[in-house]
Amino acid sequence: MLEIKNLHVQADGNEILKGLSLHVGAGEVHAIMGPNGSGKSTLANVLAGREEYEVTDGSVEFLGKDLLELEPEERAHLGVFLAFQYPVEIPGVNNTYFLKAALNSMRKERGESELDAVDFLKLVREKLKVLHMEESLLSRPVNEGFSGGEKKRNEVFQMAVLEPKLAILDETDSGLDIDALKDVAAGVNALRSPDRGFLVVTHYQRLLDYIVPDFVHVLYKGQIVKSGGKELALELEAKGYSWVEEQALAAESK
Amino acid sequence: MSTPQDHLEKLTQSEYKYGFTTEIETETIPKGLNEDIVRIISAKKEEPEWLLEWRLKALAHWKKMVEPKWPNFDYGPIDYQDLYYYAAPKKKPELQSLDEVDPELLETFNKLGISLEEQKRISGVAVDAVFDSVSVATTYKKTLGALGIVFCSFSEAVREHPEIVKKYLGSVVPSTDNFFAALNSAVFSDGSFVFIPKGVRCPMELSTYFRINAAQTGQFERTLIIAEEGAYVSYLEGCTAPQRDENQLHAAVVEIVALDDAQVKYSTVQNWYPGDKNGKGGIYNFVTKRGACRGRNSKISWTQVETGSALTWKYPSCILQGDNSVGEFYSVAVTNNHQKADTGTKMIHIGKNTKSTIISKGISAGLSQNSYRGLVKIMPGAENARNYSQCDSMLMGDKCGAHTFPYIEVKNPTAQLEHEATTSKIGEDQIFYCKQRGLSEEDAVNLIVNGFCKEVFRELPMEFAVEAQKLLEISLENSVG
Repeated sequence: MLEIKNLHVQADGNEILKGLSLHVGAGEVHAIMGPNGSGKSTLANVLAGREEYEVTDGSVEFLGKDLLELEPEERAHLGVFLAFQYPVEIPGVNNTYFLKAALNSMRKERGESELDAVDFLKLVREKLKVLHMEESLLSRPVNEGFSGGEKKRNEVFQMAVLEPKLAILDETDSGLDIDALKDVAAGVNALRSPDRGFLVVTHYQRLLDYIVPDFVHVLYKGQIVKSGGKELALELEAKGYSWVEEQALAAESK
Repeated sequence: MSTPQDHLEKLTQSEYKYGFTTEIETETIPKGLNEDIVRIISAKKEEPEWLLEWRLKALAHWKKMVEPKWPNFDYGPIDYQDLYYYAAPKKKPELQSLDEVDPELLETFNKLGISLEEQKRISGVAVDAVFDSVSVATTYKKTLGALGIVFCSFSEAVREHPEIVKKYLGSVVPSTDNFFAALNSAVFSDGSFVFIPKGVRCPMELSTYFRINAAQTGQFERTLIIAEEGAYVSYLEGCTAPQRDENQLHAAVVEIVALDDAQVKYSTVQNWYPGDKNGKGGIYNFVTKRGACRGRNSKISWTQVETGSALTWKYPSCILQGDNSVGEFYSVAVTNNHQKADTGTKMIHIGKNTKSTIISKGISAGLSQNSYRGLVKIMPGAENARNYSQCDSMLMGDKCGAHTFPYIEVKNPTAQLEHEATTSKIGEDQIFYCKQRGLSEEDAVNLIVNGFCKEVFRELPMEFAVEAQKLLEISLENSVG
């Protein structure tokens, strides 16, 4: 469903992604791992359409459409969802209200009828259970005063309600304690389905104990330098990123 | 792809496209301001001698005063001798149906959710007898009259209740108070008068809409509201519909008196013509609004949503004289294009255990400048006074300004004051977050701005709040059509 070819991306004149290619099929979970500064978050944000990044070369096709041509909200309507690494606070805006507006904007685009308050609340309560989230979070302003863990749960909760086709998780595990990590992973696993793809960006292997990937890719200096199955994550954990660096350096010097 | 900056600029460069510039018949007197003019105004209104004296005294004082130059904005000199100070109630051209009204104006009305009948009234279409605002007002007047409530035009009050007017007029805002208040005192045209007798809770929101002869708001309005012991009233001024006026200078005065245990809630929505995109034209709005909490446990609450006028100079204030009295100020001020606003409040604590709350939200867009200016003064006798102030500013784009001038004077050591202030740019991060969840840029901005103003909107009466939200959307919208 997602086809990235030779993607080059700059930010503030620095090239961050240098010819990245990746194929994600429906029903697949891909983990993107890599050391800090390798371009993991850039990839996640470029796919969502963040404007600070400039695509200088390459292409991204999603469900047969040129993703890079589309505005962020159009990508969202197509089914691209980004769970943010740092979810922003929107003071004074009720979490439920926000989510209902988001869901109905998508339903409208898809030609479906908008959900009324009663049906929406029913849907929301089901999803809350999976994530072990307090119902009180619904009536609070979007992310305002949320703990780090609550923010990340809220992201996955939004994902559960919006039911995207491609879910991108940008370091959703960072700053989570083990209980929160398990809840978040349970939320993601509940969404795994044959017609949904996942791109899980993470620094640590830990998350992948709970969200078991079909493929693991190692990103280093803006390129995927190694791909494999879930065992690659364990190997990385054991040997550290320096192992990848050494291999990459060795490849360069040849 | 265009930059977020471009988007914001587009969004905030809305223009006041509506407005009726039709020629209107007015009955005017010669230009200029002197004793003769004041005498003519007073005579035309058939006022008693004492009121003429009061006006003349104000004029004499005004002549000795100088225009204040301290507001945080500049404007060209006003030639006070080149203005008209009296115009008889104007007749708007009578139209036969809404089809004759500017379609853009109608669309704005629809966006604001203004009812068809109200649309007709505002745009001067002949109204069905049943819905005629005059007959509606007459019905309300009966209900109110049975409770002893007086709600009428200021001129009518001078005729019908001269003793009350005489007792309270100028008792909160003296005719010598400031340059613009003195000017208003000399030449005020008309306005509203509200009297709620002892122990009466006014059963409905009083709005200028229901006041007979209120169709024309004047250039120099004078409003007086009195709540006797234990009385309660909620008063609504203005409307969200765009208001255009060929008079550039507006100088209104509002006085409120609350006696023991009385409560007055005063809500304003101001949407006067702000001038065009290049800063040409627009109303200069110099207003003095002040309430006196004279009695114990009395409360005066100001809520304002200001989106119009080229210049706004306005500080709705409370004098907390009675022990345990409470003053509140909730404000949203939006400036766009070349608009300039210098607005805020004064809370003067005199009585014991007096409390005040100030919540001010300023939103600046385009090339506008938005200043909050506020004074919290605790007098020596005000034991255990409390104040909480919160001033938040939001900037849209990078060519506008937000300023905060808080003044605090404390003369009693038992006072407790809290002041919080924030300035934020409307976050590109916030907008991106909303867009990623499928919302359009416009919806995202509206959502964020409404969230920012929520604490003020919830103080407005329900229907007003809904209209105010829509008004903000339109004020900050790219194109009105």
